[in-house]
Amino acid sequence: MTPDSPGSFQSRHIGPDRSARDEMLRAIGVPSLDALIDQTIPSAIRLAHPLALPPPESEAEYLRRLAGIAARNRVGRSYIGMGYYDCVTPSVILRNVFENPGWYTPYTPYQAEIAQGRLESLLNFQTMVEDLTGMPVATASLLDESTAAAEAMTMFHRLQPKKAPAGRESVFLVSSRTFPQTIDVLRGRAAPLDIRLQLVDPSSSFDMDGAFGLLLQYPDDHGAVEDLRPIVERAHAAGVMVAVATDLLALTLLAAPGEMGADAVVGNSQRFGVPLGYGGPHAGFFATRDAFVRQAPGRIIGVSIDAHGRRANRMALQTREQHIRREKATSNICTAQALLANIAAMYAVYHGPAGLRAIAERVHGLTHALETDLAARGIVQTNGTYFDTLRITGADAAPVRRAAEAAGVNFRYFPDGAIGISLDETTTPEDAAVIVEVFDAAGKRGPGQSKGAANRQAASFGALARTSPYLTHPVFNTHHSETQMMRYVKALERKDVGLDTSMIPLGSCTMKLNAATEMMPVSWPAFARMHPFAPRDQAEGYTQVFRELEAALCAITGLAAVSLQPNSGAQGEFAGLMTIRAYHHDRGDAQRDVVLIPASAHGTNPASATMAGMRVVVVACDAHGYIVLDDLRAKAQEHHDRLAALMVTYPSTYGVFEERIKDVCAVVHEHGGQVYMDGANMNAQVGLTSPAAIGADVCHLNLHKTFAIPHGGGGPGMGPIAVAAHLAPYLPGHPVVAVGGAKGIPAIAGAPWGSASILLISYGYIRMLGAPGMTDATRYAILNANYLKARLESHYEVLYANHNGRVAHEMIFDLRPFKHGSGPTVDEQDVAKRLMDYGFHAPTVSFPVPGTMMIEPTESEDRAELDRFAEALIAIRKEIQAVVDGRVDPANNVLKNAPHTAEEVSADEWPHSYSRSQAAYPLPFVRANKVWPAVARIDNPYGDRHLICACPPIEEYVEAGAADGVPGTFGAAIAARRMPKVPATRQG
Amino acid sequence: MYPTDAKYTKDHEWVRLDGGSARVGITDYAQKQLGDIVYLELPEVGRRFEKGDVFGTIESVKAVSELYCPVGGEVTEVNAALAQKPETVNTDPHQAWMIALKMANAADAGDLLDAEQYTELAK
Repeated sequence: MTPDSPGSFQSRHIGPDRSARDEMLRAIGVPSLDALIDQTIPSAIRLAHPLALPPPESEAEYLRRLAGIAARNRVGRSYIGMGYYDCVTPSVILRNVFENPGWYTPYTPYQAEIAQGRLESLLNFQTMVEDLTGMPVATASLLDESTAAAEAMTMFHRLQPKKAPAGRESVFLVSSRTFPQTIDVLRGRAAPLDIRLQLVDPSSSFDMDGAFGLLLQYPDDHGAVEDLRPIVERAHAAGVMVAVATDLLALTLLAAPGEMGADAVVGNSQRFGVPLGYGGPHAGFFATRDAFVRQAPGRIIGVSIDAHGRRANRMALQTREQHIRREKATSNICTAQALLANIAAMYAVYHGPAGLRAIAERVHGLTHALETDLAARGIVQTNGTYFDTLRITGADAAPVRRAAEAAGVNFRYFPDGAIGISLDETTTPEDAAVIVEVFDAAGKRGPGQSKGAANRQAASFGALARTSPYLTHPVFNTHHSETQMMRYVKALERKDVGLDTSMIPLGSCTMKLNAATEMMPVSWPAFARMHPFAPRDQAEGYTQVFRELEAALCAITGLAAVSLQPNSGAQGEFAGLMTIRAYHHDRGDAQRDVVLIPASAHGTNPASATMAGMRVVVVACDAHGYIVLDDLRAKAQEHHDRLAALMVTYPSTYGVFEERIKDVCAVVHEHGGQVYMDGANMNAQVGLTSPAAIGADVCHLNLHKTFAIPHGGGGPGMGPIAVAAHLAPYLPGHPVVAVGGAKGIPAIAGAPWGSASILLISYGYIRMLGAPGMTDATRYAILNANYLKARLESHYEVLYANHNGRVAHEMIFDLRPFKHGSGPTVDEQDVAKRLMDYGFHAPTVSFPVPGTMMIEPTESEDRAELDRFAEALIAIRKEIQAVVDGRVDPANNVLKNAPHTAEEVSADEWPHSYSRSQAAYPLPFVRANKVWPAVARIDNPYGDRHLICACPPIEEYVEAGAADGVPGTFGAAIAARRMPKVPATRQG
Repeated sequence: MYPTDAKYTKDHEWVRLDGGSARVGITDYAQKQLGDIVYLELPEVGRRFEKGDVFGTIESVKAVSELYCPVGGEVTEVNAALAQKPETVNTDPHQAWMIALKMANAADAGDLLDAEQYTELAK
């Protein structure tokens, strides 16, 4: 059996079969796939040998072997806490969201008309966070709690008065009772911005003078709950802004940080139904004041109206983001944690406020009972007020630890000898009894009579008790039966287009198959229920997966070492640049702070460079999208002593393998710089060339692109970095679990291996395809792209190709001629929206060139789907011609009115000159798999002018229904709630 | 042809001078490049700027741009009504003034473009 035999995983992963392949090659006009590859990738950078990887496994073989690896994980009862808590993922959510391709395969909701389902769910997430934290605005998730805290720090830093007194140092105060992983991430983020981090004891009257911000944890690192009001008042009086890291479940019982004056509130929503997964993926959250919304990091979902005046959701305020603002962006974050935010939101929808409160009361009550039982044995804990965590002092930790591990129980062991015990939703009275037995076995024997059961009543929180209502919106008070919940989840899912519907040809996003066999193990309890700080000897299965995955990624990149910590490509960029920075500093080259970035780069590159404290110098690109070598030489020369790095995407963001890439890298090395390769386009390299082959020293790998992790509707992702041997000592470390290089930079993420559980997906991809399958995946990705080019190039101009006329794995079609003509026009948005009527998600529009679209088919699409997509674009091209020729109304035509909703097409009135079937069924194949956009074209300016980032109150839903077909009525209702638009000014 | 009662900058601001005071906005060309304006961030009255300083930012749905002072001076008025209805910049750019400045140095106006020169530039 050869790797591509029928029934092999390769034959399932790659779309075209051999006969389709041969027909496609004929259409392109090349004799063989080898010949096509030779015409596409420069010979100077081709790999001489196949990748050294284990042979491919069948799906059954892989699952069988992985079950054996899973068995090497011993999932104990973990009471470690520190921001990670075991929880129950309701089965209705596990089956219908977490394990459902309808939710995990879509992309970030840029095409809002076919993403209303997850946009509504993300709006629920924002509303949930706003309600529980007591803040007016929340964003649609960040990568984790630690980076959310770092984003609060940098937001406060930006909000400082522009003209600080000369010589005034930027100081950020951090409570010493903050989770250690958060402190470490803050250290790493503060240093390049010249922010001095100062740890303070929150119970002391520490000096705040000269600081710009303060981070508190509530409940704190010990589990103690303290009143924040006095310290917040003191901070505001001193002109210091306050961020609070907190726990959503605790906030169902405790006064909200927003009610105590916090300026930003961050945390992890994991315990709302998201599996631990040995560290992730989980959705971090970020909430702040209205006045700071334009400085907030990451995506924000907002409410707008569509062309018919109906309520419609969309991503708001995108101008804050790196794809527009580049080095001036509020953050480099792109991929967030949409899937996990949706699970957390669904958990709140399913349980509702009363259900969540009951869970919290049970956890708190059991903690209280445990305290009582331990106290009866003379065991003291120090938290005066607590939610779910006891901190035991005076016990000899060593025998307790031995007894605990013998009983399969993990506590937290503080450096000072104290023992932390955090209970969670899954803890039962029997579990609590085992905890008591552990202390008994460790020799802490007391009277032996358990009084806990009789004493499970929650202690009063007094002035810290929550009195304000939360989650009062109907969405959190309706779907509590499983039938109703299932229908709600499905109703939202049906509004969205994912890979379960049709191909998603987003250039630079690599929307390939996320195979079921790759996905299934993520929810196996042996992987899903592992706490990230569990003792290493309990996680040998994970360790094996990491070791093999790291080795495979080294083989694929040709580099020497890998860090699996970064949770996204953007985070990988930051990690890679910080590794380079540490290398230069270590060699006494601390002045090297200039990063060269080609004009064609993705906006995340300059945003990441700015975060890493580096200066961006832009290098020109020529008409072919190639780096202008002379300009590169001149700029490298000009900054000879200060050159830190070049950031380069390969193949380029224009989808072309630059012939002179080795010369480009050599110039940078000559001047003492390092080469950072953005791995976004790695899907055109694997097995054929490599980052090391082109001369790169560091690269990140978007595992959610090339290595089959699904996009989750806007995350999760993973962005591990691979580095050459000389950079390996600087790979990121972690304060709790020993990872990284000997001189490692501080942690980049809260968890030592980032979103560990989804590394299984890439591991499965690599093991089932093996070297021949992954190399073929690359070859077929290039075949599919060049086939689409061959089919479409007589209809649209292809902007960039190499001297053989070949593109890499993606290509750019120019729509500007139709936009800038003197007569009637059609723009890229019209084409994107019209594609929805044909059942397709749009390609990437206006990146990397405004007024164009970039198409990446990936290897997973078969010839029939590629043909349907090509036919749709050819039909649209004819529709475009009718508009520009003046044969149809310039404003009321099938393109300008796209997309068409079912309601519109079936309405009694049809005020258009084209027919209903032309609108909705423009080609025969559309009838077989019709997509009905949930809303008509969304009014983007309206949404940004009238910003609403929470579920609108129910009256407005009613009004929207009553206003059936009356444009503007609902808009007026929204406008009445318009947010005050205050320029961002400093509080306090 | 752009209005002749104003002067212009290469950054596509217009400035209407009246004795020692200057009203500032952005040109029709600038608003067309930006697209639908959704937000203006303007300074407080009393702030002092040098010629060429950034006095605010303007955001459209798809772009964001900084606003530069065509002349230096102290801010005497801010058009708060415009900040509430930023779309006016699209519909009536040459009446949509953003700030008024008391000029610190009359010579600042020396190198501003006239309507004819700007019309040529914005072609």
